[in-house]
Order: sequence, then C-alpha cells, then structure tokens
Amino acid sequence: MADFLHHLLFGIYPYLALAVLAVGSVIRYDREPYSWRAGSSQLLRRKQLIVGSVLFHVGALVIFLGHVGGLLTPIAIWDALGVPHGAKQLLAMVAGGVAGVMAIIGATLLIHRRFFDSRVRAASSFSDNMVIVLLWCQLALGLATIPVSAQHLDGHEMVKFMEWAQGIFTFRAGASDLIRDVAPVFKLHLFLGLTILLLFPFTRLVHMLSAPVRYIWRPGYQVVRSRRLAS
Amino acid sequence: MKVRAQIGKVLNLDKCIGCHTCSITCKNVWTSREGVEYAWFNNVESKPGVGFPKDWENQQRWNGGWERTPSGSIRPRMGGKWRLLAKIFANPDLPEIDDYYEPFTFDYGHLQSAPESKAFPTARPRSLITGERIEKIENGPNWEEILGGEFSKRSQDYNFEGVQKEIYGEFENTFMMYLPRLCEHCLNPTCVAACPSGSIYKREEDGIVLIDQEKCRGWRMCVSGCPYKKIYFNWKTGKSEKCIFCYPRIEAGEPTVCSETCVGRIRYLGVMLYDADRIEAAASTENVEDLYQEQLDIFLDPNDPEVIAQARKDGVPESWLEAARQSPVWKMAMEWKVAFPLHPEYRTLPMVWYVPPLSPINSAASAGKIAAHNGMPDVRSLRIPVKYLANLLTAGKEAPVIEALERMLAMRAYMRGKTVDGVIGEEIAREVGLTPAQIEEMYHVMAIANYEDRFVIPSGHREDVEDMYAEKGGCGFSLGNGCSGGTSSANLFGAPARKKLQTPTPQISGEVF
Repeated sequence: MADFLHHLLFGIYPYLALAVLAVGSVIRYDREPYSWRAGSSQLLRRKQLIVGSVLFHVGALVIFLGHVGGLLTPIAIWDALGVPHGAKQLLAMVAGGVAGVMAIIGATLLIHRRFFDSRVRAASSFSDNMVIVLLWCQLALGLATIPVSAQHLDGHEMVKFMEWAQGIFTFRAGASDLIRDVAPVFKLHLFLGLTILLLFPFTRLVHMLSAPVRYIWRPGYQVVRSRRLAS
Repeated sequence: MKVRAQIGKVLNLDKCIGCHTCSITCKNVWTSREGVEYAWFNNVESKPGVGFPKDWENQQRWNGGWERTPSGSIRPRMGGKWRLLAKIFANPDLPEIDDYYEPFTFDYGHLQSAPESKAFPTARPRSLITGERIEKIENGPNWEEILGGEFSKRSQDYNFEGVQKEIYGEFENTFMMYLPRLCEHCLNPTCVAACPSGSIYKREEDGIVLIDQEKCRGWRMCVSGCPYKKIYFNWKTGKSEKCIFCYPRIEAGEPTVCSETCVGRIRYLGVMLYDADRIEAAASTENVEDLYQEQLDIFLDPNDPEVIAQARKDGVPESWLEAARQSPVWKMAMEWKVAFPLHPEYRTLPMVWYVPPLSPINSAASAGKIAAHNGMPDVRSLRIPVKYLANLLTAGKEAPVIEALERMLAMRAYMRGKTVDGVIGEEIAREVGLTPAQIEEMYHVMAIANYEDRFVIPSGHREDVEDMYAEKGGCGFSLGNGCSGGTSSANLFGAPARKKLQTPTPQISGEVF
C-alpha cells in the first residue's frame, strides 16, 4: 500500500499536476483573458507591501530559477563543467537558504496584511488567501529541508531528486522509485510543490507567465493600433 | 510627413459653472461598478486647490509624465525601461486609495427601518470596500468644492509657482476657477510608454487612447506614468481603467457623454490633423516654455493641398478631411489661439485643450487705478493672476495667455459696441490681431455655441475595417470576455460568470408545438 501510494504521489501525480498546469493555463489564457492579472492590492494599502512584496518576489524568483536550473539541468552537464555534486548542493543550500529566508519574511508580511488589513481582506478571494498560505507553507518546508540536507553533504541525495525530476520529464518508467527512501520532509515539500502546480491555473499565480520581459526590447515607447485591414 | 487624425477637445473654462453634470453623467455611464467607485473619468476641480487625487500636479512626488535627458531624448520620469520594471513588485510612485478617497455609501435603509426614538434617525457612512462603518469621511472626489478647506492646504497648489500666493489667501483678493479634467488622449502618452504589457495603445484613426482589458495584467505602471492621474486601478478586477472618450459614441458621430450633457455648452469636439513623424522631436524640445508652440507646429492645416494629398495617401477618410476643415478645435487652438494644452511641461502633448477664464477685475482696477482702454481693462488686473493660468496652460509662458484673454475681452467689447451702440469696432478687432469677421465667428462659436458648431464629429468608417456581416447579432460594448454581463460572481478561473443570453423563441415554439 505504501509502495502504491508513493508511486501514485511521485510517479503519477506529477503528470496530473503538469497536465492540469499546461492545459488549464492555455484554456484560461484563451477563454478568460479578462481574469489574467497580477491582482495587486497596493492601491488599497501601501503599508507592508513595499517591503513584503519586494522581499517575497525577489526571494521567490531566485528560488524558482534555482529549482528549475538545479533540478532540470542534466547531471552530465554539471559533470562536464567540473562542478562536484557536494559543491552544487552547498550552493543550493546557501543560495536557496538566503532567498528562502527573504521570501518567507516577505510572505509573512504579506499574509499578515492579507488577513488583518480590513481593506485587503475584503478585496481578497478564497484563492488569493489560499495561495499565499500554501506558498508560505512551501517556503517553510523548503527551509526545513536544509538541516536535513546538512546531514549528507556529498550531494548524493540531491542527485536523486535531479534524476527523479528529469525522469518525470523524460517519461522514464519507475522514476518515483529513485526517491523512495528520502526523508519525509522532502516528500512533503515535493507533494505540496506539485499541488501548487496543479492549482496554478486557477489562481493569480498565472501572472508569472506574463512576466513582461518583452517590454525591455519593445521598440520605442509608443504603441499605435490601426483597425484597418491589412490590404 | 505622416498625417493622422484625432478627435480633439476644447473646454471653454470661461463658461464653466462647476455644476458637475459632466462628472455625474460620465460616472453613471462608465464607472458605477464595484472596484471603480472612486474613479472619475471626468471630474471637476475648484482651483486653486490640490485637486483630485490630492496633489496630482506634483510630479516630484508622483513621477508622472516625461523628462528630458541631458542627451536630448526623453524618457518617462519614472525611469527608463529597466528602472521601471524594477518597480514592478512594489511601485513607490503609486497613489494609495486614500489619496483619492475611500469610496462610501450611507445606511439609507436605517432611515426607514429605525425604531421609534427621540432623536431623528440618521444615515451614517459606510465603506464601499470593506463594508465597515466610517466614522468620519476624510476625503472625497470634490473635497475643495468652491474653495472648501483652509487656504494653507489649498495653497499647496503647484500652479502658484512664481505667484505671490499669500495675498490670494486674503478674502478681498481671493479668486476661483473650475477645472474639469478627463483623459487628455495625448499624442505622446506616458501611460502607453510605461505599460509593460503593451496593453495601452493609441488608435490610429481617431487618436483615442485605450487599455486593452484582455491584455492588461495589472502591473499598475500606467497609473504612475500618467501625470494627470487619469488612469484608475480597478481594485476589484485588478486591471487599470481610463476614460475611453466614449468611443462607441464617437464612432457613431456623436459627442462624448460629458460633452453632450454639458449644460454650459463649454465643450467642443473636432478633428485635428497632425504630423505623427514630428511627435518625438516636439516632445523633446529643450525649453518647456516652447512646448505649447511646438505642439501647435505639429498640427497640419486641413486646407493645405499638400496636407490633403498626404492625408489621402495615409488613409484619412474624405469625411474626416471635411470635418477637419470645419473643426471648432482648429479654430480655437490655431486660428484664434484662445485654447491651450493642460500642463504642456509634462511633454505628453495633450489633446484636451482649455480656454482660460476671464475673471472680475480686482478692486484696484475698478477704483480707477489701472487704466482701461476701449472700455477693456488690462488683463493683468483680472482677479485670476495671469501667471497662475500660464503655469496651468503654457508651462509658465504668459504672452500667449495674455493674448487669448485680450481677444476674449475684445470679443465682448466688439459685440457690445455692435449690439448696444450699433458701432462696428474695427480697431478693437485690429488691436488684438483679428478681423471683424473673425470676431463675429468667434462670438458665434464660443458665445452662442450651437450644437452643430460645438460638435463636428465624422462617424467612424467601420465598413473599412470589419466584416459587418460577422458583427451581426454581436453583443457590442461589454466588459470582460465576450457577452459577459459583468456580474461579480466568479467562475472557475476567478472571472465574472458569463450570463447566457437566450432568445425566448425556442421555448415558446416548444410549448406551442
């Protein structure tokens, strides 16, 4: 039963979550563009937002890029670059730790604001409330993995997660077996992470997909639209 | 030369009585929804005062509009693209809702349901955001109505720069004017430039600046970018909204709601042709005092055959060219030079212009201490300081404002002479650089202000741009996706649930057969 559950959560659930993430986001972008927004509440209350939001977003961005790069870059590339697994793990722990602390301080401020400021609370939907709490829990779980990681600094546990994540993306059968014996806190962190991916299209998180990087190289400043049909 | 047309607007402040009909009709049509209760696409301010939102003209504080770099180019005052994006997580230049006001309603129901009591029941205020009781309303959309509040607060007005403002706090010297404000539909809009999503755009065919509600992601940079603070963040939908210049009406050849309902007949709408290739150069002019003249130079003469030929090449419809020749905006801005842009120093090249108001002559002048000429007082003796108007309308340059005020006084003197004394005062006209015929036309357009003289609006040519057959049975103007009724109950993705429109025919036929 435990085997089945493990396989369900880390062998099948990832595909479920990723499929919902992809299909859900596409449908929402296509069908509900009016609902696709960052959902800022800065207008209603500036207090706590400036510090909280900057800390949270900068921390979360570093963590996000670290996870994507760290988990999905093939191990062969790291080996070719001559980065020892232990060093990579240490980098992940330090950078992730610093960014994680930043993000969780920010998230704490944002949660306090969201639940205890009457205006922000009134303007919040269930999904807004849920998403910040889930992210806070995920940050806490992520930080809680650091002391566990410190028990084995040679990087072999980390490599398991890399192989698992890459196994999922390359449809390798039995990928879930790779992380069968990791510490429970990692499993919780993974499960909650997958759940956040599953919920992604139904929350304000979709604004991540619209990060306005295009603005940087948009030619000039002005935008003029013509309704004339191209002849 | 690239010819484009825009429906421009002029507001004759000399005739504005501050009745707020424009604000109310606009509100009822466009912003009577949750999330934008505090938003007034059109509002009327009593000047001098800090305005709505508070202190909007202070660009040291809000960083709206453009700034000229030492190299001679311009960039938004908020910063170039990288610096602007760096503000995306928390925008330090964004006003808080208290800078506007916390929207409120009153417990009217209590007046009917209150139990019998000794004291008369009252309707107390309640916040429209939180639903909680507001003990004291701190601010409103028109908090300084008719010089409400202390002079010390109102005198924070940015336009007092270079004016000895202390004496205007004295009762005998006080002055007042109304300033109705709406989106300027600028030629060089900073909101467009500051939008990271590229969702704000200027329409090529009529110059209206719009926010694509489906593309807006709510990064809220436009709110800061606009120096007139005429973009409002809808706290419910998380998207920005602004004056749409009533484009569904304009396309049909009808005036905007604020213009149509103006009881003082102060609003004028007409086509202006301009050279799109020269916008950037004009906006980058070194001296802000020259910006007014630079903008005049962008406008193209609709009677010039060369302009007409190029306009046809650039796809301006014939009816628009004809309208441009009749345009009241052209007459006031270009021919008589009595209309001016609002705060040209923001370098946005605004397209809603203002005729400065005349005001009673001050006591010194009426006591005979200042000479009157031809029965006309020196405009410098008017109650509203010329410098104040110049700060508002010409970036501080007084000469054009003085000329405009003199022309308006001359129009009165000329017409008084004609109708009362039966004398045609040719020299009155000549002295202000006009002909008697021009003065009479000025009188016809500005004083009589018939409907057809105020609004010369060619209808849009949708047949050129859309397959009209496919539009048949469409739902027309709507907020949100497709035919959403705009109710606030959400669907799976947090968007307003769509109402299903049904025609009763199938049901009836089902019953009958």
